Amino acid sequence: MLDQTEGFVTEDGRKIGPVVMEMKNITLRFGGVVAIKDISFDIREGEIRAIIGPNGAGKSSMLNVISGFYHPQEGEVWYKGAKRPAMKPYQVARQGIARTFQNIALFEGMSVLDNVMTGRFRQMTSGFWAQALWKGPAEREEIANREAVERIIDFLEIQHIRKTPVGRLPYGLKKRVELARALAAEPSILLLDEPMAGMNVEEKEDMSRFILDVNDEFGTTIALIEHDMGVVMDLSDRVVVMDYGKKIGDGTPDEVRNNQDVIDAYLGVAHD
Amino acid sequence: MLYREAGDFKTSYVADSQTFPIKFDRYRYYAVLIIGFAFIPFVINDYWVNAIFLPFLIYSIAAIGLNILTGYCGQVSLGTGGFMAVGAYACYKLMTAFPEVSILIHVLLAGGITAGVGVLFGLPSLRIKGFYLAVATLAAQFFLVWLFNRVPWFYNYSASGQINAPERTMFGVPVTGPETAAWAAYLFCLVLTVFCALIARNLTRGMMGRKWMAIRDMDIAAEIIGVNPLMAKLSAFAVSSFFVGVAGALFFAVYLGAVEVGEAFGITKSFLVLFMVIIGGLGSIFGSFAGAAFLVLLPVVLKLVGVDLLGWPTDLVAHLQLIIVGALIVLFLIVEPHGLAQLWRVAKEKLRLWPFPH
Repeated sequence: MLDQTEGFVTEDGRKIGPVVMEMKNITLRFGGVVAIKDISFDIREGEIRAIIGPNGAGKSSMLNVISGFYHPQEGEVWYKGAKRPAMKPYQVARQGIARTFQNIALFEGMSVLDNVMTGRFRQMTSGFWAQALWKGPAEREEIANREAVERIIDFLEIQHIRKTPVGRLPYGLKKRVELARALAAEPSILLLDEPMAGMNVEEKEDMSRFILDVNDEFGTTIALIEHDMGVVMDLSDRVVVMDYGKKIGDGTPDEVRNNQDVIDAYLGVAHD
Repeated sequence: MLYREAGDFKTSYVADSQTFPIKFDRYRYYAVLIIGFAFIPFVINDYWVNAIFLPFLIYSIAAIGLNILTGYCGQVSLGTGGFMAVGAYACYKLMTAFPEVSILIHVLLAGGITAGVGVLFGLPSLRIKGFYLAVATLAAQFFLVWLFNRVPWFYNYSASGQINAPERTMFGVPVTGPETAAWAAYLFCLVLTVFCALIARNLTRGMMGRKWMAIRDMDIAAEIIGVNPLMAKLSAFAVSSFFVGVAGALFFAVYLGAVEVGEAFGITKSFLVLFMVIIGGLGSIFGSFAGAAFLVLLPVVLKLVGVDLLGWPTDLVAHLQLIIVGALIVLFLIVEPHGLAQLWRVAKEKLRLWPFPH
């Protein structure tokens, strides 16, 4: 199989680095319900890693474990070579893990620009008094980060709406703004929870292009959940398949596609 | 035609992120400042200062404070009156304990002390939201008023239970006490109001304000991008209480001169400031001014029209005022929940295209 330390080169010539995050034997229970049962997988630097599975398989729970919303009863999360202690979501974010949500979680009352600027939270550290007076370090920092944010706005082609309140935007654009906000954090790992849910074909194509471009341009490691099989198979380097909280497949899209367990889970299996 | 952005290009992010990006707005703002500082002090008399300008300026500061907490950070507070009382009593204790220190420093310190008290009463906001938080701050309101009534140390064991502002000067001119000239009291409050508004504006357009608004709009998403909800909420309580405390100190020291806590800083004060914020516009510094102006001017205008012009009895006009304020609040909540500030924004958008809307 894969070399644990080195990494590999994909068919299209992209370099995939060493493991950046590893989930070890994660088990998550809600009372008597077992949402995730003893799952292990890893995410490598620079790859696009998909998590797929039928409804209720525990995909979103898995993402919530990674981003610190849920704390698994058993198992360990290893990040950048160290075991991660139980953390609050904002502490996870400060370690460089950004995410988007299945149901858009933007700040509706703020403009697109302000929404994306909030993503720069990690990079903006000027103190309270500096901000109160605005001049000096606070202003310099604001302008420097504005430039970085404008690059991302350019990249995702949302320049024309930068001053529009997010509440007024259509769904597809909101999804893109949310991606922009996550990207603005310059994350080590970007988690996307169903980035294409509820989109038409054209919007899906746009979004796929952006995801690939992000990965290509910034070398961002991406872990995504998606239901559209075509999209998943085209985009991802490796795929984890979950069903009823268990891992039933893990590998390249081709390996997963020919895995009998996966076919059974998706197409159903005859019970005699 | 009058109000337009066309041709008003920005070539730097500095120019784009200033407080008034549009030239017309900027000049209007300078004009207001010049009139406020260089014209009004020479023409006002006692009636104008006490009926309109002092309450307007002081309530503006209080409204900005509450707006930061409720409008920007989304934490409802009914404790404004109580926090104003903290500012007033802190200022009184400082004024009597250190008579040689400048009154300006006392007012700012009173704001600082109120900020500390505000943080203390803001702690429940980490666990409770919405109506429940409103009730918790209501407890603060009643507790603080009770405290200042019952503990004689706060009013220096005076027989009446009142606190009286001793005479204090700035640059040799008295700004508190019975000898105060109208223009001196006005200028003193104006300087503090402009100072508070600038600080509030800078905080709300920067990262601090974005943190608050993120908590207001969706606290879960705010947490996921790295905002510590504890720090964001408590900082909003601190900054908000600072402004409210400054307003309370001015209300007592400059405006009223003598205060009985239950009367001056009761629950009605909390509601009055909340109404200002709602009518003016949640989440807008301009709205705080507009709301304060509206609720300060309304009784004055009603009295002018009702008593002086139409000759109605005073008590009838006073009752009418209650009815009108109540009706207006209901009307605003239904028609324009974002208040006067939103009406102003809509008017500007229309003006931008006028007279050719297509």
